[in-house]
Amino acid sequence: MSLGDSSTPIGKVRGLGSAQHGGEHWITERITSIALLLLGVWLIASLLLLPKLDQRTVIEWLRSPSGAVPMALFIIVGFRHALDGMKVVIDDYVHEEGSRFAWNALMLFLAVGGGALALFALARIAFGAVA
Amino acid sequence: MAASILHRATGVALSIGGLAILTWWLFAISSGPDAYETFTRAARHPLGLIVLVGMTWSFFQHLLSGIRHLVMDTGATFELGINKASAILTFVGAVLLTALVWFYFLGVAK
Repeated sequence: MSLGDSSTPIGKVRGLGSAQHGGEHWITERITSIALLLLGVWLIASLLLLPKLDQRTVIEWLRSPSGAVPMALFIIVGFRHALDGMKVVIDDYVHEEGSRFAWNALMLFLAVGGGALALFALARIAFGAVA
Repeated sequence: MAASILHRATGVALSIGGLAILTWWLFAISSGPDAYETFTRAARHPLGLIVLVGMTWSFFQHLLSGIRHLVMDTGATFELGINKASAILTFVGAVLLTALVWFYFLGVAK
């Protein structure tokens, strides 16, 4: 195939575009999606199966290993998958490189901060004194 | 086309709104009865219900179109007819599952 006028010198494209770590990112997004398929169905089913959704019942559920452990996984995998997904959307729609970097950095802060908050709250429930 | 853009839109909604609500809910549970009461009052408010039903629908739409995309990642179902049918299946499935969940939640009157 002739490159013709549409070709760009390799020095100008190295490190740019979606292929920087594209393969790894793509795979991670799909692996976490499969995990979230299971964890998401678990979460909805658990909420439906709880006899009530009052604070006491929910605390009892999240203090048990079968509640706390999948919830911790849901938080970690959920925030990671959200971060990966938002990156795809941002990389697709924000074309200016500085803004794209800023948006991705903001999402990283939000995901790590939000995930830490959620995990802290869960730990306080799971390890807290009996309500 | 519609399935693809919906997958993104619901993904963004779940990333921002869904995870924020989950975090708020966990914090409310861990913070005591007053905080939990504030959360449940917001959740029972008509606007709160609309948001929660919207999140439930986003969850199922994203889950079903996500499965569809995983199948397409294997290189399967690119035939126009099957492709369109599977897209429609995700729309119908998401609405049905959302309705089922909320009929259950509201019907049992928790």
